[in-house]
Amino acid sequence: MSGALGLGERAYDLVLRQATVIIFAIVLLYFGFQAPLFLGPENLGNIVKQSAFIGIAAIGITFVLLTRGIDLSVGSVMYLAPLIAGFAMREYEGSVALGLMVAIGAGAVLGAINAFFIVALGILPFIVTLASLFAFRGFGAYLTSSRQFDFAPALREFGLSSVAGIPIPIIVFALVALAAHLVLRHTLFGKQVYAFGNDPEGAVKAGIPVPRIQTAVYIISGAAAGLSGFVLIAQIGRIDAGFGEGREFDVIAAAVLGGASLFGGVGTALGAVIGATLIQTVSTGLAFTGVNLYLQPILQAGIIFFAVLIDSLRQHRQKLRRRRSIRPIAT
Amino acid sequence: MSDTVLELASITKEWFGVPAVSDLTLTVPRGNVVGIIGENGAGKSTLMNVIGGVTPPTRGTMRLKGEPYAPGAPRDATRSGIAFIHQELNLFTNLSITDNIFITEYPRRFGMVDHRAAMTQTQALLDRLDIRHAPETMVEDLAPGERQLVEIAKALHRDADVIIFDEPTTSLTPRETARLFDVIERLREDGRSILYISHILSDVRRLCDKVAVLRDGRLVDEGAIGDFDIARMIRAMIGRELSSLFPDRSNLPSGQVMVQVDGISQPGVVADISFQIAAGEVLGLFGLMGAGRSELARILFGLDPAEKGSLSIDGREVRGAAMQRIRDGIAFVTENRRSEGLLMDAPISENISLATIGHIGRGPVGLLDREAEQALAEQARSDLSIRASDLTRQPVRALSGGNQQKVVIAKWLAASPKLFIIDEPTRGVDVGAKYEIYALVDRLAAEGNAVLFISSELEELIGMCDRIMVMNRGEITATFDPRETEPRFEREALLAAAFGEIVT
Repeated sequence: MSGALGLGERAYDLVLRQATVIIFAIVLLYFGFQAPLFLGPENLGNIVKQSAFIGIAAIGITFVLLTRGIDLSVGSVMYLAPLIAGFAMREYEGSVALGLMVAIGAGAVLGAINAFFIVALGILPFIVTLASLFAFRGFGAYLTSSRQFDFAPALREFGLSSVAGIPIPIIVFALVALAAHLVLRHTLFGKQVYAFGNDPEGAVKAGIPVPRIQTAVYIISGAAAGLSGFVLIAQIGRIDAGFGEGREFDVIAAAVLGGASLFGGVGTALGAVIGATLIQTVSTGLAFTGVNLYLQPILQAGIIFFAVLIDSLRQHRQKLRRRRSIRPIAT
Repeated sequence: MSDTVLELASITKEWFGVPAVSDLTLTVPRGNVVGIIGENGAGKSTLMNVIGGVTPPTRGTMRLKGEPYAPGAPRDATRSGIAFIHQELNLFTNLSITDNIFITEYPRRFGMVDHRAAMTQTQALLDRLDIRHAPETMVEDLAPGERQLVEIAKALHRDADVIIFDEPTTSLTPRETARLFDVIERLREDGRSILYISHILSDVRRLCDKVAVLRDGRLVDEGAIGDFDIARMIRAMIGRELSSLFPDRSNLPSGQVMVQVDGISQPGVVADISFQIAAGEVLGLFGLMGAGRSELARILFGLDPAEKGSLSIDGREVRGAAMQRIRDGIAFVTENRRSEGLLMDAPISENISLATIGHIGRGPVGLLDREAEQALAEQARSDLSIRASDLTRQPVRALSGGNQQKVVIAKWLAASPKLFIIDEPTRGVDVGAKYEIYALVDRLAAEGNAVLFISSELEELIGMCDRIMVMNRGEITATFDPRETEPRFEREALLAAAFGEIVT
């Protein structure tokens, strides 16, 4: 059908589809021009390392967005799941590996709680995860009385270590991205996630196990959020009461910026990686070039707005195209 | 030819004690195309849902390939070899052709899906159907007709013995339709049986080996296609002669042009649309689904933009958004009564006052004048004989299709328009209520209004219109005026024009 479109329209389509990559290139060039050191390997490596935190959670939430859902609780899961891991490590004098497992597991359980209300009780994801945003954080505050929680030094050693010169956060980020990519592209589950997001009713009719899929995506999102929190905590060594607060919006913005649609059915793991890295690049770049600290949130807001705008434009475009089939356009 | 694939024995399906299908016995021979025809509400969908495992019959039994067949869910039907190709295709547009075919049972290797094996199998299916697209093509990049072929490929993949088509041609271009018929022909030669539901009787005649006519849930007529001309089909479907279906028109159009449309074009939608409607005239607009009729209506009513062209009523040009056009005298009875024409959960009276809310809103301190609203509704009830128990409390949802349509018309009558655009007014309305709606159309014209009557049912246009205009692919391909040419409308010529074939 694309053959029927004019050159200009095809270019517009391409820009819409590749918007993030194009913006990314412009941002890199701009900051590189302002401060050549910005493009140095050390700084770029740092950016990727810092994007791991938002990026891992963004990969997780991409699964939810694919099913037309939303998960507002990721910021609170980032806080609560590592906290539970911390208690477990203290209680059992456990290793970092135990902490890692518990953080992921606790995140998955929190995700399963969301899934229960959404799938079994049929409550809107927005409402459920808005409630759990407060509930999960509140539970963490109850456990710690809102005090700072300190981890054993071994954790920080792990968090700041490298394997073959590659920092641990980047390795975890890469492994999560690869795993998510394989699941989405190369498993039946992944394909059914896309199918469900495209047409929930059609998925039921086609005999796809819809409740199972919907449950799984919230568990995945929770587990990813737990892991992402743990990866950042491992670099800091302690956890504050406000940790992860408001981060759900960075995470959603990263996923949408990476091409995931809030209307479901569209999005990739790689996109979430790119989206998260772009957000980090901008904030590092702003700091690097000495832009007024108070202007930064406004610029961040601009990016988020832009991401959602692009998503809407893409949707609008699809609608237009669906209508277009009545008669060929005279050229 | 003689062996039977599917047998239905005394199938009855009741909803709360009311039969939708009663005591129906039908056999489907192998390698046959069986046309199922009947009016809306005749029981076709219920019967197909019983066969497709969507709902179990209340009484009666089915046998498939000689075995007892009692599906508990659509999945059972699929497994037993029955494929149902719905009017609304069940495809995921964000996935490839291959993914769509294998979405519930992908071949696997090492725990992951085996794309290569799936693609090879898909390619073989596509070759059988002459689909010239790669297996990895996204469904969203396919035209509607090609998407339907993908559905058929899915049926072939599951090795279906019986394939049910529900109004398959409504969204297809003539060429796609011809191609679909080729494919159905091939499926038949392949020994598969086909149940073909359609309102397009000429297609049924062309395609089917056998016809079954349903009316009020009963099989009223059945036979080989050789004995079934279109007149017999219609007689059997409506159970009486055609002439009594429509009221006599009570007036002739005046000589005075009321509505003038000049050169309306919108790229990709409609091209160079010009016509006139006289005061008191009913102008029919016929065309296949997707010909651009409703799109034209939306443009005339100001819902969609047009790049070029003009519309004037009584010599005054009408422009701007729908709100302005309502004031200038246009009423639009949309084809989507439920989603666009009515507030389904609001009471009847509120629905009737919607188009004139500006007048009703002038009660004390700018509040709605409920008494005026009620009076308006009361008048509409007696005027149009709307059958409702309580105008101010009963939600429109609780009314029958025909009465809902009357509420829509009442809403517009209150705004005293001059041009009525009526899009598929009798869709989902039973035969008796249809007559009342036709009588209303006649009354609108007799009161000196101009009516643009859009329909895909040729018979009702022929029965009600002074002239009929035919659209194909966004253009007007012909206008038929029985006063000028033949003494009456020629079905063949109308259909030919709708299909975009040359009219002689």
